[in-house]
Amino acid sequence: MNLNLDFAAILERWPVFLDGALLTLELAFIATVLGALIGALGAIGRRSSHPLIARICGIYVESIRNTPLLVQIFLVYFGLASLGMKFSAFTVAAAALTINVGAYTTEIMRAGFDSIPRGQIEAAEGLALSRPQIYWHVVLWPAIEKVYPALTSQFVLLMLASSVTSQISAEELTAVANYVQSDTYRAFETYILVAIAYVFLSLIMRAGFWLLGLVLFPRRRRLGTPL
Amino acid sequence: MRKISNPPTNSPVVSLKDVHKSFDKLKVLDGVDFEVDRGEVLAIIGRSGSGKSTALRCIDRFETIDSGEIVVCGHRVNDPKLNLRALRQDVGIVFQSYNLFPHLTIEENIILAPCSVKRVGKAQAKEQAQQVLAQVGLEDKLHQYPEQLSGGQQQRAAIARSLAMQPKVMLFDEVTSALDPELTGEVLKVIEALAANGMTMVMVTHEMGFARGIADRVVFMHRGRVHEIGSAAILTSPATPELAQFVGTGL
Ligand SMILES: Nc1ncnc2c1ncn2[C@@H]1O[C@H](COP(=O)(O)OP(=O)(O)OP(=O)(O)O)[C@@H](O)[C@H]1O
Ligand SMILES: [Mg+2]
Repeated sequence: MNLNLDFAAILERWPVFLDGALLTLELAFIATVLGALIGALGAIGRRSSHPLIARICGIYVESIRNTPLLVQIFLVYFGLASLGMKFSAFTVAAAALTINVGAYTTEIMRAGFDSIPRGQIEAAEGLALSRPQIYWHVVLWPAIEKVYPALTSQFVLLMLASSVTSQISAEELTAVANYVQSDTYRAFETYILVAIAYVFLSLIMRAGFWLLGLVLFPRRRRLGTPL
Repeated sequence: MRKISNPPTNSPVVSLKDVHKSFDKLKVLDGVDFEVDRGEVLAIIGRSGSGKSTALRCIDRFETIDSGEIVVCGHRVNDPKLNLRALRQDVGIVFQSYNLFPHLTIEENIILAPCSVKRVGKAQAKEQAQQVLAQVGLEDKLHQYPEQLSGGQQQRAAIARSLAMQPKVMLFDEVTSALDPELTGEVLKVIEALAANGMTMVMVTHEMGFARGIADRVVFMHRGRVHEIGSAAILTSPATPELAQFVGTGL
């Protein structure tokens, strides 16, 4: 066996890799923010006493969780196209990833909401807080705190899964790699580098979530309890 | 748009008339009647399962009743058009499990409802938080989190949180049952001080000695009914064999 690795040709293309990595982070950021929003609303919807709302949210979650991401991306891509709407590959990728991660986040948030003891809510009701006030002050933040590690993993996973959007030529990290390797005929080296780049992106995201956690959960910071 | 309901001073703050309540087939309240006047302390005692908590929870509409009538501070509690949040501004309730919000400091726990429900300014609410905490002897715990407090301290903080809403009547459901005797004492002292200040209170309690010392009237519940009602003297000279047996074993 003769392993002959040559990174030089690839490394000199670092600007395109950097662009790809930034685009991947951008995709992950958009989908994380919007997905978290959808997740919170979806979880409230799933727990709604209104059967239709609960049902719709349930169907959304189950249909996303039981279909492949790539198929979802194609559905958004060709769906929008067949409606005569033209969007950039980036927009389509961001939309598909948001819809996807929103469903998983809904389930995680629902578990968080369900973990809030009934007595907490009764205490808030006894203090005359309104439903929205109770959700915001007594349910949402402690719930997010409880499921924060699961949310972090989900969003990192989403960032990694965004490599699939290379299929619709969103110019993110994997798409860049595909292009570079076909240009340089150095496929193995390219993907080694890209794998390392993804590890860094994961670390960046985890560090970001850790910092965000310090801001969002002052009690953890003050008491030094780990998340 | 909240209707301010100031019942004439002579009408009771809380009144239950022939209240019936079942959970599925289980009849829990079987025609409960009692009234609580302004400034009065009513203790509810009785065996486990006799319906004490349920009766108390009906007053703050945590349970809905099947028939009868409950009027609290002028609110007709069983009226479907009841302004629930207005009722709950007039009624403070404290549970056995203190239910402080774990992610908020004691101060944040206390100012949450005044700020978001009554729209009191932050500065004013904080000032008031200091007052109510002083009332329960916890002025130094303002910036602690609930988990940093002992059970008795948490319960006192929960009482302070209720007081910050300036309720017209306080409901206590076995607020010392989760505490060991030493901590029980400090919570009971707080309640005693409230009583001395003229707060109207309904308290479900297992502390017979305390009930005897503080209650203007005692309700003995048995099988979902008010089996005996009277001054604290009924605890020492019960009229019914059931109460006699209860205080006999309860002491
Ligand atoms: N939400 C509920 N659903 C069904 N049954 C209930 C519910 N709440 C109470 N019960 C039942 O109603 C009966 C009276 O309960 P309640 O809590 O009022 O008793 P209690 O007098 O407060 O007893 P304890 O001294 O043990 O607290 C019990 O048999 C209880 O199991
Ligand atoms: Mg009880």
